[in-house]
Amino acid sequence: MIRGGTTATRAKRHAAMLAAVAGVCVLGPWIWPYAPDAQDTLLGASAPSWRHWLGTDLLGRDLLARLMEGGRVSIGVGLAATAVSLVIGVAWGTIAGYAGGRTDRLMMRLVDVLYALPFTVFVIVLTVVFGRSLLLLFVAIGAVEWLTMARIVRAQTLSLKQSPFVEAVVLMGLSPLRILYRHVVPNLLGPVIVYATLTVPRVMLLEAFMSFLGLGVQPPMSSWGTLIRDGVEVMEEFPWLLLSPAVIFAMTLYSLNALGDALRDLLDPSEGGR
Amino acid sequence: MIRYVLKRVAELVPVLWAVITIAFFLARLAPGGPFDAERKAPPEALRQIEAYYKLDQPLWKQYASYLGGVVRGDFGPSFRKPGRTVTEWILLRLPVSLELGIYGLCVALVLGLAGGLAAALRPDSILDRTLNFASLLGICLPAFLLGPLLVLVFSLWLGWLPVAGWSTPAHKVLPSLTLGALYAAYLARLTRGSMLEVLGQDFIRAARARGLSEARVALVHALPGAMVPVSAFLGPAIAGLFTGSFVVETIFFIPGLGREFVEAAFNRDYTMVIGTVVVYAALVAALNLAADLVTAWLDPRIRLE
Amino acid sequence: MRLLRSFIAYGVIVQLGLVTSVWLQGCAGQPSEPNVLLAGNGTEPAALDPHLVSGVSEHRILSALFEGLATMDPGSLEPEPAAASRWEISDGGLVYRFYLDPDARWSDGTPVKAEDFVYAWRRMLTPALGAEYAYMLHCLAGARDFNEGRAADFSAVGARALSDDVLEVRLEHPTPYFLRMQSHFAWYPVKREAIEASGRMDDRNNPWARPGTLVSNGPFRLAVWQPNDQIRVERNPFYRRADKVRLNAIVFYPVDNQQTEERLFRAGLLDMTSTIPRHKIPVYRQRMPDRLQSHPYLGTYFYRFNVTRPPLDDPRVRRALVMALDRRELVDHVLKGGETPADRLVPDGMADYQPPAGIPFDPESARRLLSEAGYPGGKGMRELDLLFNTSEAHRLIAEAAQRMWRETLGVRVVLRNQDWKVYLASMDTLDYDIARSSWIADVPDAVNFLECFLTGVGNNRTGWSSPEYDRLIRDAYKEPDAAFRMKLLARAEELLLEAAPIAPVYFYRWTFLMNPAVRGLVPNPLGFICWADLWLERGESAP
Repeated sequence: MIRGGTTATRAKRHAAMLAAVAGVCVLGPWIWPYAPDAQDTLLGASAPSWRHWLGTDLLGRDLLARLMEGGRVSIGVGLAATAVSLVIGVAWGTIAGYAGGRTDRLMMRLVDVLYALPFTVFVIVLTVVFGRSLLLLFVAIGAVEWLTMARIVRAQTLSLKQSPFVEAVVLMGLSPLRILYRHVVPNLLGPVIVYATLTVPRVMLLEAFMSFLGLGVQPPMSSWGTLIRDGVEVMEEFPWLLLSPAVIFAMTLYSLNALGDALRDLLDPSEGGR
Repeated sequence: MIRYVLKRVAELVPVLWAVITIAFFLARLAPGGPFDAERKAPPEALRQIEAYYKLDQPLWKQYASYLGGVVRGDFGPSFRKPGRTVTEWILLRLPVSLELGIYGLCVALVLGLAGGLAAALRPDSILDRTLNFASLLGICLPAFLLGPLLVLVFSLWLGWLPVAGWSTPAHKVLPSLTLGALYAAYLARLTRGSMLEVLGQDFIRAARARGLSEARVALVHALPGAMVPVSAFLGPAIAGLFTGSFVVETIFFIPGLGREFVEAAFNRDYTMVIGTVVVYAALVAALNLAADLVTAWLDPRIRLE
Repeated sequence: MRLLRSFIAYGVIVQLGLVTSVWLQGCAGQPSEPNVLLAGNGTEPAALDPHLVSGVSEHRILSALFEGLATMDPGSLEPEPAAASRWEISDGGLVYRFYLDPDARWSDGTPVKAEDFVYAWRRMLTPALGAEYAYMLHCLAGARDFNEGRAADFSAVGARALSDDVLEVRLEHPTPYFLRMQSHFAWYPVKREAIEASGRMDDRNNPWARPGTLVSNGPFRLAVWQPNDQIRVERNPFYRRADKVRLNAIVFYPVDNQQTEERLFRAGLLDMTSTIPRHKIPVYRQRMPDRLQSHPYLGTYFYRFNVTRPPLDDPRVRRALVMALDRRELVDHVLKGGETPADRLVPDGMADYQPPAGIPFDPESARRLLSEAGYPGGKGMRELDLLFNTSEAHRLIAEAAQRMWRETLGVRVVLRNQDWKVYLASMDTLDYDIARSSWIADVPDAVNFLECFLTGVGNNRTGWSSPEYDRLIRDAYKEPDAAFRMKLLARAEELLLEAAPIAPVYFYRWTFLMNPAVRGLVPNPLGFICWADLWLERGESAP
């Protein structure tokens, strides 16, 4: 895969690769002649060819078009759920870290307690109960993922609080909310971005797991998770239906993880740019 | 130490109560009931069944009597599977899931620690890069893809291992691998990172200066310190292993609790859902406690309050 | 130090080698026992108490454990003697007198008595037990009143033991399929002592139906039940025809994942499966046709229309939607499992039934009907939703139907998939426009399909109601003349198709995998397996 180079170039390459995947998915409807739901049942599942670069599925739909559509859904789910976890986690972590004392202990105790819950189990119960709206999927997944974010942010806030410049603005008499919003949160950006980059692939994996249970996105929409699940079932008869979704999914997750690692190396001077 | 453990256990009581309450009301909120079927049972039969399971009583009464049962260790009868109580079902199925989880954990620990150590000892070597790639890949492959692929290759093509089942040791290889792979990958990356960090510290340089062999430095001096973040990760990882076994149990036809839970959730078997959720919660909490104790033991800087 | 290290390393390698070789030996599979049939059986049975179950997987196991008064010849589906060796029918088909086989024994060796049947039916009908299938017994005189709590005295119900081996049954109205119904688990006898030794008769959680305490009267008896792992039944030495039973045991594996079941079959660990993944059918047909079993089956896959919601309250709109469905294309190019396209509700192969003309695929007439209804080219019609429960096959069919309605009629349909219980709740509350559905015959009689669409019946789920239709079905219930009864039913189906509260899609097939070593299976449209007749000829056909 992507090898060698300094950390910065590695990060750039992975970012470029992700931008390319996302770009193709988003631009898909304008650049690719087939619609994801255009069927050709007489053709059925056909292997990759000049007309259909990645082949067609059981109803004769163009797989590339479906991959692009699935990418929009999967990446969308990943970003949205991460955003939810980001908002909750950052708010929770900064408040706890900044307030300190009993508030801090209480809030972090709750995080510890929530950590002790079987969350996969709760996501399943939640989606069964509330049906499968895409919105709920975001919220449920985001609600699972914010805990670690809160811990990281709190630790960061604690050390920021002790730094001279925050002490200085406190002396200037700014209100706590303003200090948090203006001075603490911006300085958290580095570690938060790193962790968010690593959250997106985890969310996408969780979405795929939900698809396996039949609790993922609803047809006729498809995500990479549902495409892989369908591909696994027919992998011996029509291997191309598994191969391209699996490869693009793994590649995207790989790049996200690698990008997160590279960003961490860049932002954390102690480890240096290996 | 003992006081700390007791305190943590005492804290668990309100948590489990909250879990029961949330699960109880969530399950009742779900559309459809345990006795809806494609062939609709006559209304009279449905009325009798609901009366038998006290589903016709006000919800708060059901909740109170359920809580009372739980306190006495009785999770009630299964709605969908008459003739056995939920407790009986859980006792039947939990050991299998635990066994699977333990094997998955072994796979994760052995592959993850060995891979991470090997990579950390030769940073930037071909080995390191290969392992890094493999571990990143491990994080990217969902179990429902990895499992069938392993079966295809090792069972159907090569004929080395059974396709499914849970009887002989051979049956347990592929499920354990499938379950452990993701966590092995996480652990390998974590181990590598924290080993490198420790190896860069002063006391390691001092040890090297004393002329100790590199292997001794790494294994005896660096490893314990490097294990601290790893063991902190173990708590959530173990929880994930034990509660995430559903996919593996389905693909490999393993009679574990994960399959039972998902089936019960889909079938609205209220008592079974709540019972399994509570067991999972208690299990995860206990494992987290164990992981915390190990962390404290490894890292003298952490003091148990 | 170095020596020690290499010693340890050596030890580890030897250990690993040993462990691996033990594993690999284990892989050769368990030694297969002679004459033991290994059968995949779908979902884990909810229970093995014949009065508390309702599913297909339970039925398969129970039909190996128990037998009713009569059974069916698997080929012709004609009634045959079972626990009763003969019977007399009198009073215009209202009274049956059964003479029990003197050799009929329970698996504990005690004789099966007429009283055991009376006891079983009393238990089944006891309101407090809440048996879901109790309505099957409502053809017994007075049974319905007893079951619904209007009569407390069971002696008013038409089942009486005249002696230990003579049972007299009185019916509410002539029921031509009464004898055929006896092979259904709802009618099986149970042994009073076995049940009451473990608890109350009307307690749903009476744990009697387990190995050791379950006493049965069929060719096999329950030996092992490891939930979600296996159920093993062994030859019952007290069975009345024990000498004719050739299998020593059957092991049922509740493999609920189709892919896993197929892989187990391919690896030789199952002799037969309960089903087959759809896309594997063409593969087996081409490469291993001797392993693929595919037979006509009394079941219909159809779409329901919610007739309470405009524009589906207009029969012309509904018929237009049916006519626009190219069911031949669905079957040949989407399903590819050899099913038959359906143009009516009652499937082929129903004894003595002459079906009316169906609703053909006719895009021209479909467009014309839609224009007449005021929606030329779909203009002015709102978007309809199509509800189905989560499943790959349902989704493929729905996606193809969606396209056909859009292309042929300009009608826009959105898909809505829900998991099973939510889907059932949506259908029950008529919260849908079009919904996927199906019906599988309990008994091989047209009325079993048609009575679903009586006004206000639980299985109707369309809101459709026709007094004329209700009258025809109720007349058929009472009609003693078999031929005329069939005419009434055919007329009812004709009415149903004219109003089209449903869109027939296809007739099912019974498709599964079976090792050619399994002999004696007679295919039939009920998917009914006569376990006592099967045997294995291994060795001849090793893969």
